Amino acid sequence: MAARLEGKHAVITGAGSGMGRAMAELFAAEGARVLCADISGQQDDVARSLGNGGVPFQVDVSVSADVQRMIAAAEEAFGRIDILVNNAGIAQMPVPMHEHPEELFDQIIAVNLKSVFLGMKYGIASMLKTGGGAVVNTASAAGLTAWKGTTSYSAAKAGVIQLSKVAAVDYAEHNIRVNAICPGYVWTSILPGMGDTRVPPEGTPNPPGAPMERWALAEEIAAAALFLASDEASFVTGTAFPVDGGYVAV
Amino acid sequence: MRLEGKIAVITGGGSGMGKAMAQIFSAEGAKLVLADISGKQDEVAAAINEAASASGANEVRAVAVHANVSDEADVQAMIKAAEDNFGRLDILCNNAGFGGPMAALADQSLEDWNRVHDTNIKGAFLGMKYGIQSMLKTGGGAIVNTTSASGVVGWKHHSIYGAAKAGVNQLTKTGALDYSDQNIRINAIAPGTMWTGLVEASQTHAEPPDDFPMLAGIPLGRWGLAKDIAYAALYLASDEAAYVTGVILPVDGGYSIGFSGMGAERPGIVSVNEGET
Repeated sequence: MAARLEGKHAVITGAGSGMGRAMAELFAAEGARVLCADISGQQDDVARSLGNGGVPFQVDVSVSADVQRMIAAAEEAFGRIDILVNNAGIAQMPVPMHEHPEELFDQIIAVNLKSVFLGMKYGIASMLKTGGGAVVNTASAAGLTAWKGTTSYSAAKAGVIQLSKVAAVDYAEHNIRVNAICPGYVWTSILPGMGDTRVPPEGTPNPPGAPMERWALAEEIAAAALFLASDEASFVTGTAFPVDGGYVAV
Repeated sequence: MRLEGKIAVITGGGSGMGKAMAQIFSAEGAKLVLADISGKQDEVAAAINEAASASGANEVRAVAVHANVSDEADVQAMIKAAEDNFGRLDILCNNAGFGGPMAALADQSLEDWNRVHDTNIKGAFLGMKYGIQSMLKTGGGAIVNTTSASGVVGWKHHSIYGAAKAGVNQLTKTGALDYSDQNIRINAIAPGTMWTGLVEASQTHAEPPDDFPMLAGIPLGRWGLAKDIAYAALYLASDEAAYVTGVILPVDGGYSIGFSGMGAERPGIVSVNEGET
């Protein structure tokens, strides 16, 4: 079997850990060269480990100049961008809306929503020069259903879904597909206390309300991103695809 | 290979999307029971076995069975064919379906309601009922139902078909919840406008001719091909989708996103007569 991303060039944000790291590893294993972007510094190790010409890049995805430099760096390294995964994001601890700090709201919207706008604005501009590509945005099941106490996070992720749909119709005629993945509970280090182990340690309670009664592993989100980014999904655009153990089916 | 060692039943496996699923699943290592009412499943299975034999395989890779998916005994026999020939059932694609006549609701007949619902929704129910019973004996499996964008958004003159497919969507979600703790995943694919039996010219042209009129309102600007659906089915049926259940995945070129705004054409459906979807 041919590798599923042979000859493709990808930019993945939040690639230093969690879902982004799993995507970088899987995409590279399927033949892609990957620019691993993150703010944490961990992107250096991930890029080095890929063994397929991975390129690390430090970025604050909420800063326009950073995002523009990231896209330029990918063009410089690869000559083109075929795949963009806007995956970087941060979480918030649940808090009732009337107690939700305004500063937190601004921060979450900047990192989780404006970042996706910036990534697409400059990533799509690049793809238009080379004939098209595929964008995958990491949204959340929290963008499809209400998660108690997640005012800014849920609003940002719902915004990511709608940005994805509008971009899908805006650029369908230019051979650019845009889809969103809506993960449910994923075992990553996005919240304090979850640690950065690849699988939940023995005795970790299962997440509430997920019919499958277990955490998703980052690799399972990466597999969905691989499908959506690959040419196998060439007729799939504008979808908000749940990878959530049945959470939003309820 | 992505389906190495898996045993799959595909209904509507004689043509269109089901045939494409058969070919792609087989290439990824699955062994197949191909069920259809048309008789065409025989040649699809024969071609798969010939190709396997030519590459040195000394085993049957595909078995063809005649099945009317709305007939309970036929569906039981189809599932039993997987158990008898290959020992178990890992993957079930409830794909057989047809559209029925296009007409305004008040002009639709009860006879067509019964025909369309027998195949599209009763067929999916029976497939799941007996497929799940088999999977429970061996520890789990994955089901992929072929539904339609017309079960998600409204399609003019598709009231009967749309209602059947919306029902399939809800069977999918409810089934997913019923068996989420028993290692059975259930998902559906919602194709949009497909270049399959529904469009007469597809009988003679594998892909749309360049001068064939395009449908209005499909953002990606082309017809869906059987392989587009088959690749989505491959992903959902495989262990790659181990955390995906209860999902209705549109594979429709952006159709179900909705009306694309000022200056865009409203989605419209080409005037076609009944056929398979």
